[in-house]
Amino acid sequence: MSKENFLQSSLGKKLVMGITGLFLITFLIVHVGCNACIFANDGGVLFNEVCHFMSHNFFIRVMEIVLFAGIFTHMIQALLLTMKNNKARPIKYAVTNGASNSKWYSRSMGVLGSLLLMFFVVHWAHFWVPTKVAVFTGQEENTFEHMKEIFSKEYVVAIYLLGIISLCYHLLHGFPSAFQTVGLNNKKYTPLLKKAGATFAIVVCTLFAAMPITVYLGIIK
Amino acid sequence: MSHGNMNLTLKVWKQKNKDAKGALETYQVKGISPDMSFLEMFDVLNEQLITEGKDPIAFDHDCREGICGMCSMFINGRPHGPVKGVTTCQLHMRSFKDGDTIVVEPWRSAAFPVVKDLAVDRSAFDRVIAAGGFVSVNTGNAKDANNILINKDDADDAFNAAACIGCGACVATCKNGSAMLFVSAKVSQLALLPQGQIEKEARVLSMVGQMDDEGFGACSVTGACEIECPKGISLENIARMNREYLGANIKSKH
Amino acid sequence: MATSPKLDAKIPKGEIDQKWSKYRSTVHLVNPANKRSLEVIIVGSGLAGASAAASLAEMGYKVKVFCFQDSPRRAHSIAAQGGINAAKNYQNDGDSVYRLFYDTIKGGDYRSREGNVHRLAEVSGNIIDQCVAQGVPFAREYGGVLSNRSFGGTQVQRTFYAAGQTGQQLLLGAYSALQRQVGMGAVKLYARHEMLDVVNIDGKCRGIIARDVITGKLERHFGHAVLIASGGYGNVFYLSTNAMGSNVTAAWKAHKKGAFFGNPCYTQIHPTCIPVSGDHQSKLTLMSESLRNDGRIWVPKKAGDTRKASEIPEEERDYYLERRYPAFGNLVPRDVASRAAKERCDAGFGVGASKLAVYLDFSANMMRYGQIEANKQNIHNPSKEKIRELGMGVVKEKYGNLFDMYKQITGEDPYEIPMRIYPAVHYTMGGLWVDYNLMTTVPGLYALGEANFSDHGANRLGASALMQGLADGYFVIPYTIGDYLSEEIRTKAIPTDHEAFVKAEAEVQERINKLMTIKGTKSVDHFHKQLGKIMWEKCGMARNAAGLKQAIEEIKKLREEFWKDVRVTGEANEFNPELEKAGRVADFLELGELMCMDALNRNESCGGHFREEYQTEEGEAKRDDDNFAYVAAWENKGNNAWELHKEELIFENIKIAARSYK
Repeated sequence: MSKENFLQSSLGKKLVMGITGLFLITFLIVHVGCNACIFANDGGVLFNEVCHFMSHNFFIRVMEIVLFAGIFTHMIQALLLTMKNNKARPIKYAVTNGASNSKWYSRSMGVLGSLLLMFFVVHWAHFWVPTKVAVFTGQEENTFEHMKEIFSKEYVVAIYLLGIISLCYHLLHGFPSAFQTVGLNNKKYTPLLKKAGATFAIVVCTLFAAMPITVYLGIIK
Repeated sequence: MSHGNMNLTLKVWKQKNKDAKGALETYQVKGISPDMSFLEMFDVLNEQLITEGKDPIAFDHDCREGICGMCSMFINGRPHGPVKGVTTCQLHMRSFKDGDTIVVEPWRSAAFPVVKDLAVDRSAFDRVIAAGGFVSVNTGNAKDANNILINKDDADDAFNAAACIGCGACVATCKNGSAMLFVSAKVSQLALLPQGQIEKEARVLSMVGQMDDEGFGACSVTGACEIECPKGISLENIARMNREYLGANIKSKH
Repeated sequence: MATSPKLDAKIPKGEIDQKWSKYRSTVHLVNPANKRSLEVIIVGSGLAGASAAASLAEMGYKVKVFCFQDSPRRAHSIAAQGGINAAKNYQNDGDSVYRLFYDTIKGGDYRSREGNVHRLAEVSGNIIDQCVAQGVPFAREYGGVLSNRSFGGTQVQRTFYAAGQTGQQLLLGAYSALQRQVGMGAVKLYARHEMLDVVNIDGKCRGIIARDVITGKLERHFGHAVLIASGGYGNVFYLSTNAMGSNVTAAWKAHKKGAFFGNPCYTQIHPTCIPVSGDHQSKLTLMSESLRNDGRIWVPKKAGDTRKASEIPEEERDYYLERRYPAFGNLVPRDVASRAAKERCDAGFGVGASKLAVYLDFSANMMRYGQIEANKQNIHNPSKEKIRELGMGVVKEKYGNLFDMYKQITGEDPYEIPMRIYPAVHYTMGGLWVDYNLMTTVPGLYALGEANFSDHGANRLGASALMQGLADGYFVIPYTIGDYLSEEIRTKAIPTDHEAFVKAEAEVQERINKLMTIKGTKSVDHFHKQLGKIMWEKCGMARNAAGLKQAIEEIKKLREEFWKDVRVTGEANEFNPELEKAGRVADFLELGELMCMDALNRNESCGGHFREEYQTEEGEAKRDDDNFAYVAAWENKGNNAWELHKEELIFENIKIAARSYK
C-alpha cells in the first residue's frame, strides 16, 4: 500500500478544494442574505441592524475565523495544485482547442480565482477593515451610509461588477465540480445538481450585483 | 501514386529522441482520398518521404481498428482529432477539407516522454495497473462462474468502465495532464463488481499513489477527458474513485 | 506414424476423456524452491503469452516477457470481438465437453489432433471461471447469470461475450494478472522489444536475442525455456484483419533454428469484413461473426443488379447461405461462408461499387427484436416505426460499437442500409508444430496460442481462438512445462557471454547491417504489398497447382529484389519503425514461399485450404483422407529449402466423415 499522505495526494488536495468550496458557498448564502436587507429600502435600518449583529455576535466571530481559514486553505491548495499541474505538462502544445471539449470558465478557475482574490482585497479594504476598526475602537459604524459613499464612484462599481462576474463563473464551474470531487455524481442527480448550481450562481450573483447598481443609480436611498 | 483529390498542409512535430529538442515541420501531401484513414494519409506521407530519402515520421499504431489504444496523435488541438468517439486510426479524411492545414503533435505530458516524433512512452499506465489494477486471484483459484451473480446494471457499468483502451487521450487533452479518467476507469470497474470488493481499499490507495508518483496532474473537472475519450468513459468514474479514495482513507488502518 | 523421430506428439495413452486428467496427475513436478531458480522467457503478451506469464510467475518461476508494442495490453488479442467458447451448458441446450470437442474437430475439417482438442474442450469451462474471478465483465442476464450467444459451426449457444469487445476484456484480464506479477517483481517486462533470434545450446533452447526498438541495442537473455506466443502470420497477405505490427518473425526465427512449421497453408479467411475501398488501404476490419447470429446474408437474384438494397424486394433476394445450408444457415463455419460469398461475387451477383461484396442485413431481426421489446414494455399495437426504433435500440446495445465502426470506415449508416461485407484474411491455423506439451521440435522451445498449429485443424471455429490462447496459457503450459523443467533443475543460468549467444547476436547484427546498407529505391511497404498481392491471388481463398507454382517463382524473385533494392531509412541505433518492418517483411518473403509449397503439396481441399482441382460438383471442399490425413511439418534446411515430415492424424473417437452443414 502506498505510504502517500492523504492531504499530500492529488485527490486529497482536490477534496480539500471541494469541501472548502462548498463551505464558502454556504457563506455566500449568508452574505447575500445580509446584503439583500438593503432592498427593504428603509434607509438602511434593517441593513445596519444585521451588520451590527454580524460584527458583534460571538458565534459569527468564530465563524469568521473559520471562513478566513477556508478561503486561505482554498487558495493555498489551488496554488499547490496549479504548480503540480503545470509540472505535469512541461512542454505546451502549439495548438490547443479547449473550446471543443470544455467551458472556458472551467479551464480558467485559476484566473477567475485570482481576480476574485484581488477583488476581495478591495472589498475587505472597503468594508471589513473599517468595520473591524469600528468594533475595536468602540465606535458605532453606519455601514449603510459607508456603503452608499463607496458605491457612488463608477470605477468602484465597475470593480465590483467585475468581481461578481468572476464569482459567477467561478461558481458555475465550482458548484457542480465540488460535488463531483467529493464523489457525488450519478446519472439521476447530477443533471439536477448542475441546474441547481447554475441557478444558484446566477441568483446569488444577480443579487450581489444589484447592490452596487441600485445604490449607484440611487434606487436605494 | 494518386488516390484522391485532397491536398493538405501538415505541420508535424519532429523530435529525434527523448532528449532532443523538437519542432514542428511542414509537409505537403497531395492526392489524398476522403476514404483514407488519418494514418493511411500518414502512410502516404511517409512513402513520399522515403522516396525522397528523408526520415519518415515515427508514430505509434497497431490494430488500426480503434481498440488497441496505441495510436496517439494530437490533431489540431484535440486528441484523436475532431470526431467524437474515434481513435486516430478510425478518423477518416472525409472529416477534413481540401486545402486544410493540420497540426499534429504528440501527447504532451511529463509522464509520457516523447520517444520519437509522435510516439510517446506510456509505460506509466502499466505501472499504475501494476500497482493495483487487478483482482488477486491466481490461476486455478476460481469457482464456477455462475456462482457469482452480478446485477446486470452493475455488470454493464463495469463493462463501460472496462472499455478503456489506455490510449492516454484523457491525459493528453486535460489541461492539467491528469490521468484521473484512466485510473478511475479501472478502479470503478473493479469497485462495481463483487470480485473487486476484497481489495478495494488497498487498490484505490495504491493506484492513486502510483498515479501521483508518475507525475500526472490533478483533476479540475473541466470534463474534457470525457468528451475526448474515444470510448466514452464517463466522469462518473472519477467521482466514484474520489468516493472510494475518501472511504479507503477513512477505513485504512495504516 | 510420423516420418521423423522428432515428430512424436506424446499424446498420453488411455481413453480420450482420461488422457488429460491422468497426465496432470502423473506429470513431473518442480518443487517451489527449484522454481525460483528456473527462468522462463515468453515472447508475446497476448492472451496466450500474458496468461502463461501470469500463471508461471504465480507458480514461482522467474519470468521475462517481451512484446514489441509499447505495452503488453496492445497485443492483437485485444481486437477479438465476438466471444469465447466454453462447454458450460449454461443454456441447457445439450452442450458438453464432447460436443465442443466434436464441433471443433469437425469444424477443423478433421485435420486436428483428437488429444489436444479434447483437452481444450475440457479446460474451456475453467477459463470462464478464471476470467470471471479476475473481474472480466462478461455480458449478463437480468438474473445476474452469464449470457451466451451463438457462433458459427455449432448448434448450441456456448459463446460468452462482452459486447463486441470480448478479446479486449479477456486480454485486459490476463494483462492485469500479468501486471500484478510485474508489480511483485515476479515478471520482468520488456515492452518495445522485438525478439530476433533464439539461442540453442547443446540441442536445447536456452534464450533469445532481442532488440530494444527504442535504442536499437541488441540484448541477450537466458531462459531455461522459451515460449513463443507471438500470434499468427496473416500479415503475409499485407491486407488482413491483423494489426499492422502482427508478424511471423519470432516464430520464423524459431523455425529457422530447428522448430518444424506445421500446416503453413491453413489460413482462415473471415467472411464478414468491411470490403476493400481502394489501394491506399492498410488493413481490413472485421465485423464480428456474432453479427451473423442476427443478420441475414444475401445478394440480389439478378446478376449485376444495380438497384439500392432497399429497392430490391424480398422475393428478388438470394439468401444463399440459408438456401445452400438450411441446417446451419447463416451460421456455417467461416471457410464455408467465405467461399460461398466468393462464389456469388465471382458469378457476378456481388454488390457495391467494387461488386466484391455481399449484404449483411439486420432489418428483419431489428423488427423481431422491436416486437419483443414492445411486448416487454407493454406497448400495444405499436407502429412499424416504433417497433423499428425499439429494435434498433436492442441491436445498438448488442453490436453498437461494431455498427459505429462500420459507419466510421465506410461513411454509411448500417442501421439504415445493409452492411456490405466481403471475406478477408483473419487467422492462421498453421504455425509452429508442437507436441501435446506444446513443445516444438526444439527441446525447451514452446509455442502457444495462434503461434502454434495445434487445435484448429484446417479451419478454426469462431470464438475458439480466445479459448485456445487462454487454455494454453492458463491451464496447459503450467503443467506441461514441468515435464521439461523438472529435468532442468540442475542447469545453472548460462551466462550470456557464452559463445552461442555471441554468435547469435552477431548474426542478428549482420542481418540488420545488411538491411541498412542496401539503400535501394523501394520502400518496405512496396515489397510487402507485392507479396500480399501474390499471396491473395494465388494462395488465398482458392488455390490451384499452376497458380501456386507461379507464386513460388514470383516470391523467389521478389525476395531477391527485396534484398537488392529495399530502402530502409534512418539508423539502426534509434527508434526506427522502417527497420522493424523490413525485418518482418524479409521473414514473410520466406514464409510465403513455404505456404505455397505446403498448399501445393496438399492435393485436397480441407477447411480454409481450398484447391480448385478438388471440389465436389456442388462446389464443396473435397478432402482426401486416405492420402492427406496428416499434419505437414516442414523442417527448414537453410537457404529456403525445406523437408516435409508427416504426422499422421489418428481418429479413435470421432468417425471421420464428409463435413456437412446442409
